[in-house]
Parts: sequence; C-alpha cells; structure tokens
Amino acid sequence: MDLKDKLISSFMAFENKVDVEHPVHDIRSEAIKNFEEKGFPSKKEEAWKYTSLRSLQKVDFSIFPKESNTLEYKEIKKYFLHEIDTYKIVFVDGIYSSFLSETTHDGVDICLMSAALTKPMYKQVIDMYFNKVASKEESLTTLNTAFSREGAFIYIPKNKMPRKPVEILHFSTGNEASIMLQPRNLIVAEENAELQVIERHQSLTSNEVLTNCVTEIFAAERAIVDYYKIQNDAKTASLIDNTYIDQKSNSVVKVHTFSFGGKLTRNNLNFYQNGEYIDSTMKGVTILGYKQHVDHHTLVHHIEPNCESHQDYKGIYGENSTGVFNGKIIVDKIAQKTNAFQQNNNILISDKATINTKPQLEIFADDVKCSHGCTIGQLDEEALFYLQSRGIPKKEARALLMYAFANNVLESVRITELKTRINKLIAEKLGVRLGFDL
Amino acid sequence: MLKINNLHAGIEGNEILKGINLEVKAGEVHAIMGPNGSGKSTLAAVIAGKEEYEVSEGSVVLEGENLEDASPEERAHKGIFLSFQYPVEIPGVSVTNFMKTAINETRKAKGLEDMPANEMLKMIREKSELLDIDRKFLSRSLNEGFSGGEKKRNEIFQLAMLEPKLAILDETDSGLDIDALRIVANGVNKLKSKDNAVIVITHYQRLLDYIIPDFVHVLHEGKIVKSGTKELAHELEDKGYDWIKQETAV
Repeated sequence: MDLKDKLISSFMAFENKVDVEHPVHDIRSEAIKNFEEKGFPSKKEEAWKYTSLRSLQKVDFSIFPKESNTLEYKEIKKYFLHEIDTYKIVFVDGIYSSFLSETTHDGVDICLMSAALTKPMYKQVIDMYFNKVASKEESLTTLNTAFSREGAFIYIPKNKMPRKPVEILHFSTGNEASIMLQPRNLIVAEENAELQVIERHQSLTSNEVLTNCVTEIFAAERAIVDYYKIQNDAKTASLIDNTYIDQKSNSVVKVHTFSFGGKLTRNNLNFYQNGEYIDSTMKGVTILGYKQHVDHHTLVHHIEPNCESHQDYKGIYGENSTGVFNGKIIVDKIAQKTNAFQQNNNILISDKATINTKPQLEIFADDVKCSHGCTIGQLDEEALFYLQSRGIPKKEARALLMYAFANNVLESVRITELKTRINKLIAEKLGVRLGFDL
Repeated sequence: MLKINNLHAGIEGNEILKGINLEVKAGEVHAIMGPNGSGKSTLAAVIAGKEEYEVSEGSVVLEGENLEDASPEERAHKGIFLSFQYPVEIPGVSVTNFMKTAINETRKAKGLEDMPANEMLKMIREKSELLDIDRKFLSRSLNEGFSGGEKKRNEIFQLAMLEPKLAILDETDSGLDIDALRIVANGVNKLKSKDNAVIVITHYQRLLDYIIPDFVHVLHEGKIVKSGTKELAHELEDKGYDWIKQETAV
C-alpha cells in the first residue's frame, strides 16, 4: 500500500479516536476529501518541479506513534535555547511531553492544540481562527488539516507580551522504524501583542522521519511576531513546512528560516496582507552539503495599499546538495504604494551542487516599488587572496567569507543568544573554528 | 632581506614580468614607479603569492628562503604584507575580530597559542593611538562603507598590527586627498625600523615626498629599466614617463 492509501485508510481510525461531534470534524472530513482527490504533489506541477516526494511515498511510515516515548532532558538539552529562560512546548514522536514542557496560562495562553480543540474555553478562538488562513486547496496542507490534533497553541491577548520567547520542539526518538508526524500549530497575536517563537524539528536517530507541519499565524493590528525556524535535522529526516500568515494593519511579522540540515526540506511560506502599513519580512540562510535538498517557496500577497515586504535569502551549497528558491509576489490592483523587495543570493562551492532560483512577480497596481535580484556565484577570488595575504589559511578564509555572506540575514535576529547559536551553527556547518568572538 | 632574481611571471599565458631583478635590505625603502600597465601591481601580487599568476622563471627569495611553493598565507606568516589598492569589504566581521583572526592564525602557524585577550586589547589600543585611529572605527565591519581614506588607513593599521618584515604598499596613494595621504605616510614612517623594509608602488611622485625612498626603480614593460635615488622620482615627475620609454626603445 502506498503512503496516500495508507493515510486515507487511517483517517477513519483516527476519527474514531477523536471527537466526531466537534465542529473541527467537518473541517477534517472536507480536508481528507481534498487530499484524496489530489494526492501528493508530483514534479509535473510547476510548484513542485524541482522537489520530488516520490521516494518518501515508498517508505512505510507509522502514522500513529506508539504512546509515550520518554526522553531525558540531559540527552536533548543542546537542542533547546538553554542559555535563556523560555516557554517550551515539547513533543516526542508527536505526543506532548508535559515533563519536558513549560506552558502557561498566566495572561497569555501557551499550551497545546489538543487542549484548545477540546476545551470549551477556547472554542471562540478556534472558531475564529482555526483553518482560516491555511489553504483548503493545497493537498499537503489539507492532509495535515485532516489529521490535525496536536501541536502548539499560542494565544496572546490584546496588549500582552509573554515574559519570554516560546520554543516549539518536535523530537523523534527512532523507536519506530519510520514515522510520519503532522503537527498543527495555531498562533494568534491580538492587537498590539508581541511574541517571539523558535521552532525546531529534531530526529535523534537515523531512522526515517517525515514531518508535514502546518502553522497558522494571525497578527492583528500593531502586533509584532518574530518566528525563527531552525532546520538542522538528521540526514534521514524530511520536513514539509506549510506556514500561513494573516496580517492586519500596522503589524510586523518576521520569519527567519535557518536551513542547515535534513534530507529533504520544503518550506511553503505564505503571507497575506489584510490591512495597510504592514511589514512582512522573510529571511533565510541555507547551508547544505551531502545530497541535502531545500526548497523555499515564498508567497507574499499584497492585498491592501501602503504595505511592505522584504525577502532576503542566502544559500551556500556544497557537495551534491540542491536548492530551490521560488519567490512569488502578488500585488493587487488596489495595493498602491506597495514596496516589495526580494533578494536571493547563492554561492555554489561544489561543481555538483545545484540551485534553481525563480522570482515570480504578478503586479496589477501601477504605483509600486518592486525589486528582485538573484545571483549565483562562487567565492570572490580577490577577497580570498586578501584574507590569505593577512595570514588566514584558505580554508578559514573561505569560511570567513561565507560567514560574511550570510551575515546580514542574522542582523535582524532579535534574540542575542539565538543569534550566537546560529553563528556557531554556521561555523560548525562550515567545518571550522572561526577564531573570533561571535 | 628580499632578493628577486630574473623573475618572469604572467597570467593565462601572457607574460607580464619579464626578468625582474631587485634586492631589498632591512631598513631600506624602495619605490617602484612606472606607467600604467608596466607590471607594478603584478609584481606586488606575485611577491605576495597570488595564485592566479604563474612564475615561469626566476625566484623570489625572502631571507634566504625561496618562496616558490609558499601560499599567500605562508608568505604572510614569514613576514610579507601587501597593502591592497582596493581592500575587500567583509560585512559582519569587525576590524578588531579580523585582526584577532589574522594574528592568531599567524601564531598558530608558528606553533604558538592564541594571543591572550588582554594582550591583544593592549596592542590594539597602542597601535590605534599610534596611527590616531578612533576606537569606534575598530568595531565597524571591515572596509564596509569605508571611504577611500579610511580603507587605506585601515590597511596601515593592519600593517601595524601584523608587524611584517617586508611591507609592500600597492598604490596606497590612489584616491587619497592630501590630508589622508599625509596621515597614511606618517603611519608608515612611524612603523619603519632598521629591521624591516618597505616597497612603495606608485604612479606618482607625491607620496614619496612623505615616505622618502632610499632607492627608486622604474618599471617598464615588465622590466626595471632604471634605478636611482629619490632624485629619479623628481625627474620622472618633471619629464613624465615618455623619456624612459624612448630611452628603452633605443
């Protein structure tokens, strides 16, 4: 049985486990119908031209994890931003781990999707926001919707800000030969609220993992959301990340994606600007080797006038790695005075590495500023000579130049400890000790 | 200190240096002048070991050691410093961190431990005071957004920090106004000693009013066609390069 059939036939068993009376039940049923009709996307589709899911579909993934696998904090401490205090929502093989988590209901709700979906006190929020910005057409998103049960639920009321950043961590233990996870996150920042989130998926063994994650983020008027995705997973772990962001007037949402690991990673990042004077920022650093593959698909839909969007993705591709950047910007006819910037710069450090980069601009308004630029290059030989002539060996000089290349993406990281951590990850990924204070 | 014997070098099959002979002793300042395209910057790059250039004949010998197989970083470790005409911008790496990396990599190559942080800070303070460099300047990203004058001052600051035996200043005067030129020249003069040597590469004589050379060499079509003392530089300033070209044509 292929993965699609397995998922569809598992849906009934899944439904029997969860509350069929719940309003979400209808949403799930609609969603599975859409997935059944469309199935997994194939390379024939333009949006999936460079990313094949075929080999993943041949893996016999467990869809329902066995209950309660445990982990000791000390085994996994390094995956947390342990230098600072954070709220933590931790899942082990898709099951919430209360032992490893630190949630709160003190003025803000930082807790679980399963609780939000079942408790009456959250009904209003769920009715208002759940599955409201996520696509009802895109097959993998609807697959996630069909199986949506667990994940992070964060609700920040008007004028509130949690005392500390929130970490969402998904661990897979490898207790099953191969596992498919489908976390579903809902994040709501009401008017003038502020929030910082760090999300990470981490497989702890070399057993195969496929995560199909959907995150919905709602930023109301003047809300500020910083979202950091750390993708430094094991070489046998694949991630399809579907993030949908709905922004209202004067809100600022920044998503940073650091892609350093994994087997296959697909990031579908979608911004919808439903208001004026909105700022949407997408930044990414991708450093790959081996046969790793990362595909960044971004969409910014400028629906109203006077908004901005900024995209800056940097990629360094080594060995047999492959990368894709596809940045789509739509500016509606009424969205005058839009400023949309998009930049994608890549360095290929191996003859066998590949990058496919494609800007896609659909502009229907006439008074807008839109710019885009893609570059693919090697390291600058003159710069390399400059560093070497100062006594820095070639290998370190290359690392320093790559570090410098990626650096401006890190400038907007507002959590200092996270920035240091990412700097260290970059140095580690480049395989050298940079020899200076980061 | 430095002996260049019958050096032939070029790039992609084009020979640019066609038999250079030059000896530089400790404590000396040599100026290499010449018209555009005469091979001045190539000579500087070849001494510093730039890999694109192929040496087809002859040798560059530093303190008795043939540098033939030495990489640019090994040459730097042995005490060669090249001040670039167009220093490269490195965003995200401060001047201070860059110098720490350069110094510690050089120490590592010599089998030494990293320089202790307090010693490093002291050295940075001393050298920046010597060259009258604002401390704020040192925390800026290397060469990023620097003016022409700032870039050249930064090159001299690196020279001061790395304390090379042989400093080659490639067109350090280009793009500098007279005040910046004076500051840069003063810096070089303060760093000069009986144990080190300087090669000044320049198109114009004006830098040599501030950095007084012991010897002046004229490079033309890849060869040193005339050598003399600082008076030669004045003569070139008055007469231009044409008379040299005519003289060598004969």
